[in-house]
Order: sequence, then C-alpha cells, then structure tokens
Amino acid sequence: MSVKRDSLSVGLAVGAAGVAFGAVAVADHFSVAQACFLSFVLFSGASQFSLVAVMSSGGSPLSAIITGTFLGGRNGLYGVRMAQILKLKGIKRALAAQITIDESTGVAIAQTDPDDQKTAFWYTGIGVFFFWNLFTLLGALGAKAIGDTSAWGLDVASPAIFCAVLYPRLKERKFLISALLAFIWALSITELVPAGVPIISTVFIAAIVGWN
Amino acid sequence: MSSQWIAVIVTSVLCYGIKFIGHAIPEIWLAHPRVQRITNLIPIVLLSALVAMQAFTTKTKFVVDHRLAGITVAIVALTAKLPFPVVVVGAMATSAIVYRLKI
Repeated sequence: MSVKRDSLSVGLAVGAAGVAFGAVAVADHFSVAQACFLSFVLFSGASQFSLVAVMSSGGSPLSAIITGTFLGGRNGLYGVRMAQILKLKGIKRALAAQITIDESTGVAIAQTDPDDQKTAFWYTGIGVFFFWNLFTLLGALGAKAIGDTSAWGLDVASPAIFCAVLYPRLKERKFLISALLAFIWALSITELVPAGVPIISTVFIAAIVGWN
Repeated sequence: MSSQWIAVIVTSVLCYGIKFIGHAIPEIWLAHPRVQRITNLIPIVLLSALVAMQAFTTKTKFVVDHRLAGITVAIVALTAKLPFPVVVVGAMATSAIVYRLKI
C-alpha cells in the first residue's frame, strides 16, 4: 500500500515542478508547443531545463543538443539497472525506457521486495509523466502568474525527494560511502566542468567502491 | 524549421535512444558479480550527486541559500521516520519561508 502511496506522492510533487519548466521555457522564448513536446518526448527534467537555458543564453542548437543529451546520459545507466529488475521485452520495454528517470529508478531501488520495486517503478514513472506533462502545460500557459518558483519551495522538492529515496539505502556501508563521496566530488568540481559532468562522472566512484 | 525545433526534436530522440539502449543491453553482459555490484551502486552515486547539484549550485556555481534549510528539514524528518509526504512538504514549506523572509 505505502509503495503505491509513496510513488504517487513523488509523481505529484515532482510533476508539480513541471510548472517551473513550462514557465521557464516560455519565459525563455520557447513556444507552449515546444515546452509540451519536450516534456512528452524528451521527458527528463535536467535535459529539458539545460536545453532551454543554453539556447536562451545564446548557445547554438548543437551545444544545446550536446548538453541536453549529456545530462540524459544517466537515464541509460538507470535503464541498465531497471532492466535487471523489470525483465521486460518488446513494447513494454519500450514504454519502460521512456519513464526511466531519476525518480522512477530512485523509488524502485529504495524498495527491498522485487515486486515492490516493479510497482514503485511503474507508479512513480507514470505518475511523474502524467503530472509533469499536465503541469508543464499549465506552467507554460500561466508563466507570468506563478512568478518566482523558489517562493513556493519548488526548487527544493526534487532534492528533498532524492534524499528520501536514498535514505533507506544508506544503512549499507558501501552505499553510504559511495553516496558521500559522490556528493563531495560533484560539489568539488562543479565550477570547473560543464553542467552534467559532475553527476555522470561519479560513475567512477561506483566502479571503485564496487570493484571488490 | 526553426533552430529551436531542431534542438528540441534531436535532443528528445537522442535522450530516448539512451534510455532504450540501457534497457536493451544483453543481460549476459551484466551477469558478472563485479558488474552487478557496480550497477547497483550507480543509481546511488548519480542521485547523491544530483542532490548536491540541485541543492547547492546555481548554474554550476556553488551556492548555499534557502535550499539548505529545506534539505536540513528533510533530513531531520527522515531520521525521525516521518512519512514521505511530510518530508517533502516540510522541506518545500521551510525553503519557501526562508526564501520569502530573505534570511
């Protein structure tokens, strides 16, 4: 029961942050249709925000594509992990791939029972997808009415959720060490490298800690 | 077609391709215990780094602001074993209040 409740809470809370994306995209001179297309087809918050930010700050389409794709890279790694849990083929696998994002993977791996992991993945993924698209549209249409998303706490919804999904896993020593090293590493290099690199580069920490 | 639409469509297609490739990698490649241990750790390090970026950076610059208050409340709520919605709403409300008071 609480797996479904928690998954749908994540869907609503994260999906509501789609307001911020819709609003930012329109404020940065993208059309409502483009904002909605990104939420529906790209469906990966960090990539969507970066694409809009790069182009609105005068970047070329190519640099926007590279940054957005690079930030989407971790979804492929989540896919590797989720495929082992879900064991799908054909159309179901194609659909699962689309909703393989930070939240669906995070809530899934926070569960210990294999059936709960599958339930958490689908409920969180579909929940986020539904609300993210709905709120992107609302945000894009009402861009000026919302104003500052920080004043509504929307900028902290996502990191708070990830703290909550990571927390139960950190009882395991190797997981705790990896998480702390990744946290420190990412903040240490953020001012030295392009956006996205601080996150994806932590894969080497997983490789070192998991080696033996 | 506008350059914006090109960027939107190409990035969307590439990002879906990345998601799909992850799922389609043959299981046999991943059967080794070492590969298993590493792929188990990968979501942990990525999400931890993501929290660091979302909570303590603005456009790749290191920043400590109202978000620290929100994250602190989230962690306190987690250690107190409060339900998930309380953790998230508590963090959001705290962050919003601190932001509005311009502390």
